Amino acid sequence: MRTAAIALESADAPPHQLRRALARAGARRKWRAFALTVPLLVFLLLTLLVPIVALLQRAVENPEVANALPRTVRALDGWNRQQAPAPGAYAALTADLGALPDSADAGALARRLNTEIAGARSLVMGVYRALPIAGTPDEIKGRMLEIDPRWGEAPYWQAIAKNGSRWTQDYLLASVDLRRDAAGQVERMPPDQRAFTRILLRTFQISAVVTVFCLLLAYPLAWWLSTLPARQANILMILVLVPFWTSILVRIAAWIVLLQTEGLVNRGLMGLGLVEQPLALLFNRTGVVISMVHILLPFMILPLYSVMKSVPPSYLRAAVSLGSTPLAAFFRVYVPQTYPGIGAGALLVFILALGYYVTPALLGGADDQMLSYYIARYTNVEINWGMACALGTLLLIATLVLYGLYRRIGRAELSLG
Amino acid sequence: MKKSLVACMIAAGLALPALAQQQITVVNFGGANANAQKKAYYEPYEKTGTKVIPVEYNGEQAKIKAMVETKKVTWDVVEVESPDALRGCDEGLFEKLDYSKIGNKADFLPAAVTDCGVGVFVWSTVMAYNGDKLKTAPTTWADFWDTKKIPGKRGMRKGARYNLEFALMADGVKPADVYKVLATKDGADRTFKKLTELKPHIQWWEAGAQPPQFLVAGDVVLSTVYNGRIDAANREGRNLKIFWPGGIYDLDYWVIPKGAPNKEASLKFIQYAMQADAQAVYARNIAYGPTNTKALAKLDKKVLDDLPTSQANAKEALQFNVGFWTDQGEALEKRFATWATQ
Repeated sequence: MRTAAIALESADAPPHQLRRALARAGARRKWRAFALTVPLLVFLLLTLLVPIVALLQRAVENPEVANALPRTVRALDGWNRQQAPAPGAYAALTADLGALPDSADAGALARRLNTEIAGARSLVMGVYRALPIAGTPDEIKGRMLEIDPRWGEAPYWQAIAKNGSRWTQDYLLASVDLRRDAAGQVERMPPDQRAFTRILLRTFQISAVVTVFCLLLAYPLAWWLSTLPARQANILMILVLVPFWTSILVRIAAWIVLLQTEGLVNRGLMGLGLVEQPLALLFNRTGVVISMVHILLPFMILPLYSVMKSVPPSYLRAAVSLGSTPLAAFFRVYVPQTYPGIGAGALLVFILALGYYVTPALLGGADDQMLSYYIARYTNVEINWGMACALGTLLLIATLVLYGLYRRIGRAELSLG
Repeated sequence: MKKSLVACMIAAGLALPALAQQQITVVNFGGANANAQKKAYYEPYEKTGTKVIPVEYNGEQAKIKAMVETKKVTWDVVEVESPDALRGCDEGLFEKLDYSKIGNKADFLPAAVTDCGVGVFVWSTVMAYNGDKLKTAPTTWADFWDTKKIPGKRGMRKGARYNLEFALMADGVKPADVYKVLATKDGADRTFKKLTELKPHIQWWEAGAQPPQFLVAGDVVLSTVYNGRIDAANREGRNLKIFWPGGIYDLDYWVIPKGAPNKEASLKFIQYAMQADAQAVYARNIAYGPTNTKALAKLDKKVLDDLPTSQANAKEALQFNVGFWTDQGEALEKRFATWATQ
């Protein structure tokens, strides 16, 4: 009875009121749905966006010289940057160093300048340890030249003058083998320091080769799996996944055992009489590619398999029954339907391969290292985090550009499997 | 009933820190060296009542820097390589050491005594070969480059450090002049040119455990290698031989990260480990030279023959120039990376 009454009541109510009630209910539902995604959004914000922003910031941050040497930077303001500066700059430098609250600040300054010009570390620390140095500017200059004659050379002062600002494009420039000369003009690095463009190209090249091999190996396998009855397919799928669950280091160690000069592969090949001399399969590009293909193969098989499962086999049969040869039917009817799987698998493998570090480090030679090796190097060994972040930024941008190209060429929504 | 249980738990919680044994975390590079340190230092020292927790790392200074900067230091004593000891000291990552609590400075090698780091052992990067496989043993560093005289691949560490020095020595530079030459532009060009000669024959290694494996497997005929790794392989019955002249010796240091929780206990541990007796036990377990010079007298000839600090082995050796590499290392390593791509 009551329900009926309410129903009557609302039926009597003016239509705009009903609409408003509906809108309110709709908004509530939307908010509730949004609230459910909040944890994920917060998670993404904290684990993805914040680190990326911090990375970008570190790549352009340059606080060391500006913090430690404010007077010196001012004293060098009108300097022609050609010969050694006026004695006033020497006095300003000793005053700045003397005012540092902690020896750690001098160390940070020395490290920063040393990345700019090799040798600056001992130069700065030498004069810092000799403090206090007092007297007229000329006396101070004389004393500093006595401690280290390199103080009379312009390049060290140029490094200070160039880094007076809190922000710098130097790390990013260096990541593409450029630098600023004494006058601040952008120029190419000297030939013996032009490393990173080649390393970036190498990174892309290795990733591309690995992706192609993964596709060639995964395609027939995924096709075969998709045609098997579910029971057998599942068992075989476990075989695909088992190595996927094994630690990368274990798999690398296994490849070392297999591929070494007197390893299983070489002995097998020689036993069969296929080769006379053992092949060099390790600690070069071959070993890196073999191992990376093996590690990344499941990322190609899984998207391909899921797409192939959804392709009805009747299409192929229909094509053949309409007079196509089986091979033509396969390439003109079947393969085009698996393009989304190929695209997703290739993109996934390629992007994962770009960041590979352990495999090339352990199985590759000096010229098989990818960009992440150098990022790790600058982070852990050189402790030059500005450079590490700049290289990280380079890798990020290169990946995004590539992804953009893929979207444009593929003209398809990305489905990552 | 419930209340008394809570009270009990609080009491237990308060009492725990007092009951808990004092402990310090000592960080090493793992492997055979860690085992030797365990036998010589950690285990005997634990008998004095302080628990030693060994942790392995790969020398990543970034970890220490992150700990010190965020003021969450969990490591007490850390083994670091010499450039890191110097650089970290300059940059305020490590505590300054009070040698009155460590021992008599005069007993230690001069290089072992630095502001923030005390040298624990001397190790050397040397040339080695497999005594069972190689017919003609090398007699100079030029032989390392001579692929006609000794055909086969050469193992070298992936990176510029040590390789540049070896290249110059192979090119005829005397050990005493190596760093003088390397510091000049022409000298650097010369060493990279010399490396280029050998490039097609080099098999690069990354981890110290790799070169002995290469030699045993026959992948390379000659290799640069850390001398302790050869010793460890020979203890397992291999017949690997070291060519000592031109070896580059260096020290590893113990440092205390700034703000480490148990500074006093750490100093006591270091004091124990720097004693001649403990250092002699260490040298018997791995062929790295003691930094307490008094330990040498406690070792017999068989042990001494394998140490980089023994007179015969150190005669024509080269001391690693820490100052040079902290200054020039980053630029030279980058040049090496460029060279490798060419």
